[in-house]
Amino acid sequence: MTTPPPPIRRLELADAPPAQVVEAPVHSDSSLPAAPGGFTGARRSIGAPQFSIRRMEIDDVSVSYANRDAVKGVSLPVRQGEVLSLIGPSGCGKTTLLRSLNRLTELTSTATLTGRILLDDVDIRLIEPTLLRRRVTMVFQQPNPFPMSVFDNIAYVLREQGSRRQRKKALEPAVHSALDRAGLFEEVKDNLDHPALKLSGGQQQRLCIARALAAEPEVLLLDEPCSALDPQSTQVIEDLIVKLRDDVAVVIVTHNLQQAYRIADHVAFMYLGDLVEYNSATALFGSPREQRTQEYVSGAFG
Amino acid sequence: MDEEFSPEYGPRWSDKRVEQMLGALVCAVVGLLLAMIVTVLVRGWPSFAHNGLAWFGPGGSVDEQLNTIFLSGESGAHYVYTFHAWPLIWSTLLIAGGSVFIALFSALFVAVFVVEFAPEWMSNILQPVIRFLASIPSVIYGLIGVLVLVPFIGNHLVTEHQKASVAGVISLSGYSLLAAITVLTVMIAPLMVSIFSDGLRSVKPGWLEGSLALGVNRWRTTWKIGVRTARPAIVAGTVLAVARAIGEAVMLAMISGSVGFAPNPADGAIFIYEPSRPLAPTIVKNIDQLSSPPSNATLFAIATVLLFSAAFLSLTGWAARRAMRKYGAA
Amino acid sequence: MESSLATPPAAPPPGGPQIPSNATKGAVEGSATWRLSDRIGLAICWALGLLFCAIAVAIAVYLFIQGIKYLKPSMLVTPAAAGFSEGETGGFSDAFVGTLIVGVMGMAIALPAGIAIAVWLVEYGRPAALARVTESTIEAIAGIPSIVLALFGTVIFSNTALAFLSRSNEGVVFGRSFFAASAMLSLVALPLIVASVREGLHSIPRHVREASYAVGKTKAATTRRILLPASRPQVATGAMLGLGRIIGDTAIIVVLLGATQNFAPVGGNFPFNYLRGAGTTLTNFVYEASPTGNLNQPQKAYAAAFVLLLMVLALNGAVDIIHRRARKVGTWSS
Repeated sequence: MTTPPPPIRRLELADAPPAQVVEAPVHSDSSLPAAPGGFTGARRSIGAPQFSIRRMEIDDVSVSYANRDAVKGVSLPVRQGEVLSLIGPSGCGKTTLLRSLNRLTELTSTATLTGRILLDDVDIRLIEPTLLRRRVTMVFQQPNPFPMSVFDNIAYVLREQGSRRQRKKALEPAVHSALDRAGLFEEVKDNLDHPALKLSGGQQQRLCIARALAAEPEVLLLDEPCSALDPQSTQVIEDLIVKLRDDVAVVIVTHNLQQAYRIADHVAFMYLGDLVEYNSATALFGSPREQRTQEYVSGAFG
Repeated sequence: MDEEFSPEYGPRWSDKRVEQMLGALVCAVVGLLLAMIVTVLVRGWPSFAHNGLAWFGPGGSVDEQLNTIFLSGESGAHYVYTFHAWPLIWSTLLIAGGSVFIALFSALFVAVFVVEFAPEWMSNILQPVIRFLASIPSVIYGLIGVLVLVPFIGNHLVTEHQKASVAGVISLSGYSLLAAITVLTVMIAPLMVSIFSDGLRSVKPGWLEGSLALGVNRWRTTWKIGVRTARPAIVAGTVLAVARAIGEAVMLAMISGSVGFAPNPADGAIFIYEPSRPLAPTIVKNIDQLSSPPSNATLFAIATVLLFSAAFLSLTGWAARRAMRKYGAA
Repeated sequence: MESSLATPPAAPPPGGPQIPSNATKGAVEGSATWRLSDRIGLAICWALGLLFCAIAVAIAVYLFIQGIKYLKPSMLVTPAAAGFSEGETGGFSDAFVGTLIVGVMGMAIALPAGIAIAVWLVEYGRPAALARVTESTIEAIAGIPSIVLALFGTVIFSNTALAFLSRSNEGVVFGRSFFAASAMLSLVALPLIVASVREGLHSIPRHVREASYAVGKTKAATTRRILLPASRPQVATGAMLGLGRIIGDTAIIVVLLGATQNFAPVGGNFPFNYLRGAGTTLTNFVYEASPTGNLNQPQKAYAAAFVLLLMVLALNGAVDIIHRRARKVGTWSS
């Protein structure tokens, strides 16, 4: 029915269990009941996910900063081939959980983490952080392109991967392909030496996404990527995210419920550090199991 | 009761009056600087006029020339202006250039260390240490140099053989290039470390975090993103340090040697032991000669060179910083 | 998707899959991603950091030891005198008092002028071209070597119009006095004060000024009553730094204050006669007492240097205390 999933890059560990391929949940958009809370916009998913491969496993993870619990006992799967959205009101721990996936929480000295996070069945604390962050890359809320040219922003990532200094010509195909995957190539191809800080906000964010993709990650983390952007740029990036889900596992944190409704395949609702509900998007928005989910989704609080 | 207001006439210090007064003060300061530049140039002009471009070139012993100039002025007869300052200029270039070069790299590494890689206890020690070193008056550096370093070099580093080999021309007694560069480096490095650290700290944390999140290790993140972004601060710090090094008069007068000799790299190993005297200490050493008109002109000519070097450096720094603004928030 | 670049495989640490304790800032990530050049660089960082500390400790310890060895409190109150051995040459009270005098006089000129210029730059600043020129001027003054300032001072104060500020001898104005030295020393401190006060005024958010204008206060009153008192920490810091530079300067003293070791008052009225005359300061004394100068009294040089160092350290300590107190008080809300 579809193109076969891309080969999985994994560690050669002697007794690692085989990866699990989970059958995609079957549903079709046309049979959706109108979601409560007045979501009338069409879901933007380009069809249902065709496959999904379990990439990361979050297993009873708790994160606390100097005696304040930010995340309490959360367990979630992260799959390639689908978009996982973390939603919840401010301060519920969704950003902390996201940052623990690539061990950015360790940059804060007061953070403690219990539980396990597995990437391809290997505990991420056994992987060196720098290497982990090449396989699990992150795009931040504020676009942060480096103060260099567009080309150099992407080339920066590529040069760090290789062990020898690469010449500009050798890097060009990889740079072009990364920009292409981020949907930015057409707009900047005439002048790749343009300073990156002179791009518009939406272009800068797409450049950051291109940069994150240039590292050829297995998982892409997005921390409210569109919250600083105008609606047109938001739409472009949302389309891009959905297109990327076949290549990388996407985890997106958003406080915008409509955005989650538009692009997510699975949704995890968090509240004050607890995982309240985890379900497919249609189920969570259509018929939430928990009372709190129902209240949040219908706008009773937020 | 508000004393600034008098009911009939409005506020006593009206904004307009205050603005005019302050503006006058500001104009006076600007005028003072211009007057300084003009005065120094005019006073030094006779020396330049008589020597032309040869003023900057080599030719004869500088000490003898200064002596001749002074005596001719004292006697009131025909003034002699012959002066070829190349040994002084060469000494300045060697000493200032050498110490800035060493200090630049040391300060950069130390700044990176203090801002990023030092453990907390180490940073807490280094910050006051650097402030302490930066605030020691230059004459104290000179004192330590002349009472500790110079004897050490003269007695323990320079061999008798080396001293004998140049006995007729100069004396390798420890007042040397090595002493001058060493002490000057220690003097200007703390200043550069402070400026570099400030520059590194003002890099947007979003960039550093973004680079880490892309899987680049902390060392390369700090250098490729942090140091690169802080380049304007690095240029500014370097310019300041060079200006300081060129203008340093008293400390160098104490340890670089009282001979207007041009150290010759072709001399081999003893090159660093040779005495020298850059431009600024020459003025200090010969300050008693101010009363004699041709000496006066010569000294002011040297001051002109110092002044214009400082100005030229500032301009270069400014231009460099402008060029760096192309790609980023400089 | 194909990766054209090899990704080195991660090696699990030896000893089995131990879960490491929580990482903190400063932890080196591990060996696989750090190239040799990176590690050499870090080693250089450590080496230079330790070298700096070692040099500073060496200098401080040496000065303290020599200073304590040679400094007798009587030196601070005994003027210098001629003598054959060092023990007979008295102290350096004139130098000590001289330092205090130039410090006070230099700051008396530099502090008001510096505050005024900083206020003009931040609060007024019209026309904009003049503001830019002023900023460049202050920066230029900071970069001028003090020996050049000293030479310029000789020109100014040799002028017969200013003869009352120094000694004259048969119509030739000598041009060296405390007045002359203090005037040029104030230029040395000026840029530091201007920079510090500007920073203080800039850090006050706009709404504070607007609140004051909204109740009808003039800019001058606002500045005098609200903005400057609020920037007291920065003004004090600038003053301390400027004072530190003034008492540490030697070139201007050597040129404009003369090579004597004692006061040489001129004329009749106290204290004007002392200020008109030549004298010395600690820096000049150290210079003269060192082998380079005329006296060759290294022991007294160490003593004087020690006193000077203590003064500078005291000023630095004052700056530290000011900073710490300012941090406790807190900052503006915006």
